[in-house]
Amino acid sequence: MRRFIGLAMAAGLAVTMAGCGGGSESGSNELKIVYQKFGTYIHLDVMLRRLKPVFEQQNPGVKLKLIPVTANDADYFSKVNLMRRSASSAPDVVYEDTYVINSDVKAGYLRPLDEYLNTWPDWGQFPDSVKQGVKALDGKIYGVPMGTDTRGLWYNKTILKKAGVTLPWRPKTWDDVLATARQIKARVPDATPFNMYSGKPAGEASSMQGYEMLLYGTDHELYNSQSAKWVAPSKGMTDSFRFIKTVFSEGLAPKPAVALDKNLNTIVTTQLFPKNKLGIALDGSWLSSTWQKAGEAPWPEWQDTIDVAPMPTQNGQAPGKTSMSGGWTLAIGAKSKNPGAAWKFVALALNRENSLNYATTAGQIAVRDDVGKDPAYLNANPTNKFWTDLVSATHYRPAYAEYPEISNQIQKEMESVMTGQESPEEATKRLTESIQKIVGAEKVEAAG
Amino acid sequence: MAASASAASPRPAARPARGRRGSALGWAIPMAPAAGLLALFFVGPILWCFWAAFTNLALTGASASDPEMVGLANFREMFADGDFYSAAMLTVAFVAGSAIIGQNCLGLILAMLMRSRKAVVRTVVGGIVVSAWVVPEIVAGFMWYAFLADEGTLNSALTAVGLPANEWLYELPLLSVIIANVWRGTAFSMLVYSAALSEVPDDLHEAAAVDGASAVQRLRHITLPLIKRAAMTNLMTITLQTLSVFTLIFVMTGGGPGIKSQTLPLYMYQEAFKFSQLGYGTAVAIVMLTIGAVFSAIYLRLLRNEV
Repeated sequence: MRRFIGLAMAAGLAVTMAGCGGGSESGSNELKIVYQKFGTYIHLDVMLRRLKPVFEQQNPGVKLKLIPVTANDADYFSKVNLMRRSASSAPDVVYEDTYVINSDVKAGYLRPLDEYLNTWPDWGQFPDSVKQGVKALDGKIYGVPMGTDTRGLWYNKTILKKAGVTLPWRPKTWDDVLATARQIKARVPDATPFNMYSGKPAGEASSMQGYEMLLYGTDHELYNSQSAKWVAPSKGMTDSFRFIKTVFSEGLAPKPAVALDKNLNTIVTTQLFPKNKLGIALDGSWLSSTWQKAGEAPWPEWQDTIDVAPMPTQNGQAPGKTSMSGGWTLAIGAKSKNPGAAWKFVALALNRENSLNYATTAGQIAVRDDVGKDPAYLNANPTNKFWTDLVSATHYRPAYAEYPEISNQIQKEMESVMTGQESPEEATKRLTESIQKIVGAEKVEAAG
Repeated sequence: MAASASAASPRPAARPARGRRGSALGWAIPMAPAAGLLALFFVGPILWCFWAAFTNLALTGASASDPEMVGLANFREMFADGDFYSAAMLTVAFVAGSAIIGQNCLGLILAMLMRSRKAVVRTVVGGIVVSAWVVPEIVAGFMWYAFLADEGTLNSALTAVGLPANEWLYELPLLSVIIANVWRGTAFSMLVYSAALSEVPDDLHEAAAVDGASAVQRLRHITLPLIKRAAMTNLMTITLQTLSVFTLIFVMTGGGPGIKSQTLPLYMYQEAFKFSQLGYGTAVAIVMLTIGAVFSAIYLRLLRNEV
């Protein structure tokens, strides 16, 4: 009898534990697709929902499980990485930013795709420069690019006209940008003159659309590829922090309380710009996708009000403008039990037709040659040509496993500067110390 | 509990051998599931934490798949980091302000004020206070965010009567989260004190009053000594609870602006999940565990001296 009770207890415990384990042992005929859906970024979700029945019909027996992660960039990476620590929750197909590919490869999270790409006829449509961006340090390819992007200045013509600025607006230096912002502040007091992403809440957008758009327009970059060393401290670094300090301390940017709102991106695109409450925004090429017919906040007349200009270099040094580029991919998880089916899904999602659809709805710069030449793509958005041309002046983030950590430190220092807790010089000093700690002092060189 | 059960087990001399074995089994079998679950979900994570704190485990990069033992490096780094000290000081201020002073005193005052009131008043006031406590932390956090935000209720009300609006969460982040936590936690202290006060006999008060003791004197010499044990239990519980508050602060200020309201739990979250340094984050967790253990030990010692 006692034995029976003991057994019953053990069984009960086992059942409880199994319950706690999540119990998602559904076998390899279910593909878990993990991707981001946040704020105004709904385009991938829309596309995947549309493709789910198509794929399941083409591949009987395989079911797709769409797992949208509602989180900003920084939290999205944390969540996906936590999912990947266990085989039962690891995604088969994952929406992966190119800049984390190297660190995720080192972590053993991704599966090389070369065996599939070699026999994929569409792969020839991707230019070599794009292929380089998804190649990890081990020489293998880990993701299929969905599109790329550039960054620059969006401005509201109505507000600039009211402020007495000559249109089209073409700033030549940082000082031109600041002068226009000051003019707006003086003459259009109910509008925020200038927005740039800064601080921890906006995550990678702060580092890339914000800090690096400044830094790469100075005489210094974050990484010196000739000496293979990270550049810190540098004059460009301090000058970039000083620009941020100027913008926030003079009240040219949104109030810090708004600027540190996690939903700033949504606030800018759906409220400030359409309601003529924002003059200039340093932002990504995809911004207008929100206002298109398929976007989160359609605003068909945006072209009458909004125009674009390249971000100038600090003092107008050649080539006079600067930009940063990144891009997202679809990748296959290393723990996938059915990589063959996962690949079939990636190949379907990024074929010509679907890539074209994604490029036009999500406001991406096409990476496939056949999509780039398609009139449907070229005519989809009047700013497409402007953003595509910026590729000539663009920069890429250092594609090393340490970059994501360094980027986090940049955001932290930006926030300290914008809230007045640190001077630009102190921020450079602390950022330098952080970089030295992350990569090792021997891989860091000072400049200027 | 187990000790008192075996001490009270009847007639130990009558059936010595079987009785002892029986009582051991009778104790072990019903406890097994609870002990198993505790070991799995409580001791297990703590042990894992102790292991991880001495590694460079990360969420991504080479040390995600192949963490190395790094000895005390995490702790050395922590004690050299200015942000850690700032977080520790903010945690002390937060615990002192919201738990030991705010929640504790307000709870006691409310309990004493309600003591000799009509049942209707007690029910209504008690209901309102307790409902703040019943609200889930995330909801409470969002309510306070909506109340104090830039275009929130408080600022709208202030501007409506002609007073200037303030960026509360930006200008006074720590005070904002302290007030929100007092609002949420007072009910708990109030309930503990209400129960303790109901044990204080009325005739003692009356006798003291007849002898000419003022209300303050009665509070100091009669009420407080009699509810000391309840006060200690209350203080220990709310200190430990407040030490680990995360959701409320995260929702209201995210630890910002900068690091102005970044207490240890938020610092730990930032290092472990935003900066992907799981090993370092668990080292912070160990430090928090130690702080909690020290507080518990102090309170427990004080409680024992009181008996």
